[in-house]
Amino acid sequence: MTADGPPFRILPRLDQDNTFFWKSGADGKLRFLRCSDCGRFVHPPSPVCPDCLGSDLKPEVVSGRGTVVSFTVNHQQWMLGGEHYVIAWVAIDEQPDVRLTTNLAAVDEDDVEIGMPVEVVFEEAGDVYLPLFTPVDRHRRRAEHPGDGSALGGGRSTLGGGSALGGGGSA
Amino acid sequence: MSPVEPLERNAIISGVGQSAVGRRLGRSDIDLTVEACLDAIADAGLERDDIDGLATYPGMGLGGGGFAGPGTPEVQDALRLKLNWHDGGGEGPGQIRAVFAACLAVAGGLARHVLVYRTVTESSAQGSGGRQGIGGAGSGGGRGGGVPRMGGFMQWTLPFGAVSAANWLALVAQRRMYEFGLTREQLAQVPLNARRNAALNPKAVYRDPLSLDDYLAARMISTPLCLFDCDAPCDGSTVVVVSHRDYASDAPHGVAHVNAIGTALRGRPSWDQFEDMTQMAARDAGASMWERTDLEPSDVELAQLYDGFSILSLVWLEALGFCGRGESGAFVEDGKRIALDGPLPLNTAGGQLSGGRLHGFGLLHEACVQMRGTAGARQVITSAGGPPAVVVVANGGGPIAGAMLLTNETD
Repeated sequence: MTADGPPFRILPRLDQDNTFFWKSGADGKLRFLRCSDCGRFVHPPSPVCPDCLGSDLKPEVVSGRGTVVSFTVNHQQWMLGGEHYVIAWVAIDEQPDVRLTTNLAAVDEDDVEIGMPVEVVFEEAGDVYLPLFTPVDRHRRRAEHPGDGSALGGGRSTLGGGSALGGGGSA
Repeated sequence: MSPVEPLERNAIISGVGQSAVGRRLGRSDIDLTVEACLDAIADAGLERDDIDGLATYPGMGLGGGGFAGPGTPEVQDALRLKLNWHDGGGEGPGQIRAVFAACLAVAGGLARHVLVYRTVTESSAQGSGGRQGIGGAGSGGGRGGGVPRMGGFMQWTLPFGAVSAANWLALVAQRRMYEFGLTREQLAQVPLNARRNAALNPKAVYRDPLSLDDYLAARMISTPLCLFDCDAPCDGSTVVVVSHRDYASDAPHGVAHVNAIGTALRGRPSWDQFEDMTQMAARDAGASMWERTDLEPSDVELAQLYDGFSILSLVWLEALGFCGRGESGAFVEDGKRIALDGPLPLNTAGGQLSGGRLHGFGLLHEACVQMRGTAGARQVITSAGGPPAVVVVANGGGPIAGAMLLTNETD
């Protein structure tokens, strides 16, 4: 199993615009700003909708599901003690032009591929919850969560639970 | 072409200068900069007092670790310049933005002869443990409980260990492999070509032969980018003198005429949210350059395309219309097309991959030297029998991009 991320995480500096995003995982849900007028999801947070210029944007819960649209396995030790970890771009299901740079958790680097469906798991780090993604085991999810879009990892520090999924990425 | 006469066409590069270039020179940035400035002033046939403009990228206070170079006040004061115009900063269309600003300044009559410099001491800083893998442009660090916390763009990447442009661009390279079938063997042609050319450049930092097997066996930095896909930090200062074109006939060593500059950024200014995951700001800078000229990609006889990472040269080849979207891998395959004796020689001084990371300005310097026909063993001879007459220079990666077309005549 490849490491879930770097050995040391530099954390975001919270402000009035980004706090909702970085604390969203406290209840296991991923949120993005959404325009109340036209319905567009907006990321990173912005005071206006880039489409309609509406200014009524509110955090809204999304399914937490997405697709790996690119990835890289980091080998360089930018800081001491680093192992390989997977950095990915994940496009969210609700609106694929909203992308996160993130880590793939509970995965073997050899199993990662573009197009892989993933879902959010949160890693609690200091006062924030970092959204990582782990491969979706479609069969298992259908059996255990029929019609339920909630993320498997719900809750804090979910990496242990995530690893129980196994490296089902190429399934 | 633009209905407005491109003002940059009033500008020429009348002189070039460069300090010593190398690994861990142990000299200060201002020392290197002054050496290069005096070299450039003399090369342009000017006296120190003729210089009335000064510009740099990025200058004061932008990034540590030998990245920024001295600010313009430091250089002005060292040379006691009497300036009518001055400019510095890290925002704009690529590192070459400082040259663009100077072109417009001379076209607008704000200055007549502008020294434009870019100085790096990243190798010495690295040697003393001062060059950081993180930081640099646009970050804005903060402190809380002794742990650095990041605002701005880097808050979206650093928490996930995506700390370097090597990681950010590896994601683009991987996407290109997926969408276009780009191979490592194709990508390797950019560093292999650079190393072959560097062997002919006495100032290049890496000159030993590099084979495809060496490349394929090299350690990974961030897949699919290996060590040889990343440029080489170095120390050095590069300077060009931008003058009004009415000085052209007085310049003793020939001039490069500015035909068009490309400055557009129509997509999102982001490393990870650009609409097309295989492209970047280069696409817009390249397109906007061609909108300002009647010349075409087929007229270009030499390309100096930014290679902070090998993948960037491929992105620029497409952005500048030398091949279609996704076709750059096949374009460089076997290396013949981009070789010194090929139809589109690329990065003839070794680029940044082997020549050293002079951060864009090394590429511009080499363009001017080649146009004069003074590049020695690595001189490009065109099918017409002379030095290249139409040359493109491109700087930047990710959301940072600027392109420039140089010719040997006014129009």
